[in-house]
Amino acid sequence: MCLGIPGEIVEILPGRHELAEFADLALVDVGGVRRKVHIGLLDHESLAPGDWVLIHVGFALSKIDETEAAATLDFLKSLGAAYEDEIAAFRESASEQE
Amino acid sequence: MRFVDEYRDADQAHALADRMAALCRPGRRYQFMEVCGGHTHAIYKHGLEDYLPDAVEMIHGPGCPVCVIPMGRLDDAFHIAEQPGVIMTTFGDMMRVPGGRGTFLDAKARGADIRMVYSPLDALKIAHANPGRHVVFMAVGFETTAPSTALTILRAEAEGIGNFSVFCNHVTIIPSIKAILDSPDQRADGFVGPGHVSAVIGCRPYEFVPRVYGKPLVVTGFEPLDVLRAVHQLLTQLAEGRCEVENQYARVVPWDGNARALSVIGRVMELRGYFEWRGLGWIPHSALKISERYAAYDAERIFQIPGVRVADPKACQCGEVLKGVLKPWECKVFGTACTPETPIGTCMVSSEGACAAYYNFGRFSRKRVREATRR
Repeated sequence: MCLGIPGEIVEILPGRHELAEFADLALVDVGGVRRKVHIGLLDHESLAPGDWVLIHVGFALSKIDETEAAATLDFLKSLGAAYEDEIAAFRESASEQE
Repeated sequence: MRFVDEYRDADQAHALADRMAALCRPGRRYQFMEVCGGHTHAIYKHGLEDYLPDAVEMIHGPGCPVCVIPMGRLDDAFHIAEQPGVIMTTFGDMMRVPGGRGTFLDAKARGADIRMVYSPLDALKIAHANPGRHVVFMAVGFETTAPSTALTILRAEAEGIGNFSVFCNHVTIIPSIKAILDSPDQRADGFVGPGHVSAVIGCRPYEFVPRVYGKPLVVTGFEPLDVLRAVHQLLTQLAEGRCEVENQYARVVPWDGNARALSVIGRVMELRGYFEWRGLGWIPHSALKISERYAAYDAERIFQIPGVRVADPKACQCGEVLKGVLKPWECKVFGTACTPETPIGTCMVSSEGACAAYYNFGRFSRKRVREATRR
């Protein structure tokens, strides 16, 4: 929960709300699982498809480069069950979303 | 995906090991505290202690937000969950943490509607789908997760969802470091600063550690070489008579943190006067509560929480482990009465807890690091 999961932005989704913080959703791919992630905590003008972000509990918290993303994914996988639980939760949450 | 060799290279690890050994003053012992549970994991998982000079010892700090929640707060959460019409939601990590009256799983077995969520936004979605119920999200975590909770509350207000509230247990990292520095049994010569928390708060808030307490602090990431480089930088500072905050993790952590995330926290939350930490006791200004302006989303105000105080189990020494006074295996019940399957204390429950990390990985250290760095 405390460690972020890296994901790749697939698409910046059009906003549905008037307030800036709420307009920011992106479709993000995490290890083959796609879900909407909140990007309201980042400067969304600096984000584009193909960028990598670190995701905490459904929110992108920092923009990272691809090497860092690979390293973080590797570290998370090394945690074994803890990472699988996180990905399972992510996947379940993603399937409820649509 | 590109390869991660630059953080895993075995030659670099050995070179760092030699340079670290050369920096140690003969006869002196060095103790460094890693504050973050992720670092504790990396150290045990990759057997990094085998790469450190014999004179250097790592001590594990309080950086697991699940581990520091006192048992009484869980009983308060069960009380809320048992109110008629309530759906209680929380992260998976919390489900098996024991309070005075068992765990969330036990409360669920007794009939409470308790659901695991990945994100506070999922809890908000449940509220939207169940207008006749009241959905409470039990929020835990350091500054890494607090902005998400805060933004979810802003979103609830914007969408006009009134049957949603937050039982806020967010804690702040700086006061816990200060409490450890003020503790009489404190013995760290320097600190390995947390990674992802610092992505939000930045490096500036740590500046009091060298300035007031005269100890160096290096913020770093979770790769084997990150941790080794941080220790190398700490030893270099001590050898050169310097004492500063350094950022070894600039690829994720901006020096000033994430201004947007901090401003969202500031809009929705305020510091509590005091908060009880498991093992560390009551620490002033060490946690966040929902501010007056968003009182309608504050489960503590909506439900009369009993404010339960429960003493930690006598056999459990999580407190000493969280302060770095005891190593996990020095606890009386480690690996015998207390295991990840049947945890007594929180350090064994959470995957980020020091005891779980040591139980799962610590026993293979030397072999593991060779595997990890060879790839």
